[in-house]
Amino acid sequence: MTEAAVRCEKLVKRYGEVTAVDGLDLEVRRGECFGLLGPNGAGKTTTVEILEGLNDPTAGTVEVLGMRWTRDDKALRQRLGISLQETHLPEKLTVEENLRLFRSFYQRGREIDEVLDLVELRDKRRSWTEKLSGGQKQRLAVACALVSDPDLLFLDEPTTGLDPQSRRQLWDVVLGFKALGRTVLLTTHYMEEAERLCDRVAIIDKGKVIALGTPAELIASLGGEEVVELAAEVLPEDLSTLPGVRGARRSADGIALTVEHLHIALPAILQRVRGVTRLSTHHASLEDVFVHLTGRHLRE
Amino acid sequence: MNAPLTDRSRPNSLWELTLARLRLFFREPGAIFWTFGFPLVLSIALGIAFRNRQPEPVHIAVESPELATRLRGEQIRVHLLDAGAARTALRTGKVELVVQPGPPIVYLFDPTRPESRLARALADAALHPRGAPATVDKPVTEPGSRYIDFLIPGLIGMTIMSSGMWGIGYVVVEMRTRKLLKRLVATPMSKAQFLWSFVIMRSLFLFLELPILLGFGKLIFDVGVAGSLPLLVAVSCAGALSFAGLGLLVASRAQNTQTVSGLINLVMLPMFVASGVFFSTARFPDAVQPYLRVLPLTALNDALRAVMIDGSGVRAIGPQILVLAAVTAASFAVALRIFRWR
Ligand SMILES: Nc1ncnc2c1ncn2[C@@H]1O[C@H](COP(=O)(O)OP(=O)(O)O)[C@@H](O)[C@H]1O
Ligand SMILES: [Mg+2]
Repeated sequence: MTEAAVRCEKLVKRYGEVTAVDGLDLEVRRGECFGLLGPNGAGKTTTVEILEGLNDPTAGTVEVLGMRWTRDDKALRQRLGISLQETHLPEKLTVEENLRLFRSFYQRGREIDEVLDLVELRDKRRSWTEKLSGGQKQRLAVACALVSDPDLLFLDEPTTGLDPQSRRQLWDVVLGFKALGRTVLLTTHYMEEAERLCDRVAIIDKGKVIALGTPAELIASLGGEEVVELAAEVLPEDLSTLPGVRGARRSADGIALTVEHLHIALPAILQRVRGVTRLSTHHASLEDVFVHLTGRHLRE
Repeated sequence: MNAPLTDRSRPNSLWELTLARLRLFFREPGAIFWTFGFPLVLSIALGIAFRNRQPEPVHIAVESPELATRLRGEQIRVHLLDAGAARTALRTGKVELVVQPGPPIVYLFDPTRPESRLARALADAALHPRGAPATVDKPVTEPGSRYIDFLIPGLIGMTIMSSGMWGIGYVVVEMRTRKLLKRLVATPMSKAQFLWSFVIMRSLFLFLELPILLGFGKLIFDVGVAGSLPLLVAVSCAGALSFAGLGLLVASRAQNTQTVSGLINLVMLPMFVASGVFFSTARFPDAVQPYLRVLPLTALNDALRAVMIDGSGVRAIGPQILVLAAVTAASFAVALRIFRWR
């Protein structure tokens, strides 16, 4: 089977004056983890909920696992695992009761115990959902999506608001699922998350895809792997022509240079710029790609 | 881990949905009180307030021992006082009547006080036994004719209404605001089963609500069921279904719990007053009677009273059952058409 897991073309969603999704094309391949990376309000949730058959597009076509919404709903729902951006599972049901409830809707699926192990909630199985921590609640939400043993898993901002440790635990769950050869479509506004989990990433802004590729490709499109940020009393105009420097972009309080070979570029920069007040370097990230494309940061 | 599983490990979804409803109810102490405790407290309070009292004796002041002997009786407390003290007692309401020796015997009393007129009549009867009327007094206190007999069926009707409206209307909207409805329709869950789980829960609850209120009425106030018990259960079921439908209807589009609370009160308050829970609908003008009769709570209360008090059979309560069935059908039909799942 070579058909795409998800394909949408010219997807548009308008809410009155607001255009949440503005002509979006996507193709998610089977077996990959695909990320929608974009700031708040970019249209990620709207897009994903249209793909999940929970929202109707104003225009455009959607195909999921080779099937169409409204025509194949029953068959499709059996094969999807969905975790919404925001769901409050019944607080006064235990972890196990919630999972059993969700399991009962699917013809085929996994044993409750197996899923509990997968998300490391076995020792919480008899706890009321309201007693769980944020990270545990989120893992339960993902467990409810995994209980059907889905072919395609949708995760809308699975780690937003979680502490680093909970985030890493969830990443392991997603990577484990991917290792089975299954498909994941996730949204995030954390570039580390997209870099860590996703085979390919679509960067979304204002309802449009503004860049698409593997994280490495996207970063490579900057022309260099390192970013030098500096501020100085006087910043010359021609820094981008220095040896090893591939690009320059002014920010509010200085300049960010994309650099290919740090050991060549750095001495040249320091020689050229007088009165440096701040200097830092980091590996180029998807955040830099986003800033490069939009002039804004992901989290604003 | 990736072995496909057979149906063996699949729990039954209707059962799981119903179980979830029951668990969520019984783990919410507030809901338990409003459903089971509140009607009991109300019936105790009203039962005590309107209990049938023993007739109070009247108090009469007399100025001679000879009159005192003739008047003293079961219904008359005699106070032997001198003229001045007797006047004071009458003025301050300690006695209802002063009897002065004659001839002729004089009654001092305030004719605008009903108790005084009663005291006069009783004194008259005691002093002139030969003039006693040729009638027999028969007190009406047997079960079936007291206020509490009227009240208990009304409270059952009210409980069925409010637990249906809140238990479905409020709960469904809360699920919608918490995005749980959306999460559920993202699964292959059968929407029909989801709704059935509420109907089943409401029917099961009847078998708790009914015995509690009936048993309580029997034990404390000796309120019995004159008609058939199965018929009473059937009538209650019909009522529960119609309020399940109305609960679903008010919940079908409301986006937050304030809206649905307002709607629930809007539907319930007129029926609390006008459907004969606490007093008979006969107190309302004839012109509005046809409208009151088609209110589901009126129909339910009338049918419950017919079975509990008059011992009526199915045929006698046909019109009421028809009203309940029509409300059920109409409310479910409209609710399902306009229901917002997302
Ligand atoms: N139901 C709605 N009604 C009106 N506007 C909406 C609705 N849902 C989303 N929007 C708007 O659409 C845009 C995209 O929202 P969303 O898809 O939630 O973005 P993201 O998930 O990327 O943060 C936002 O401007 C948001 O305000
Ligand atoms: Mg979102």
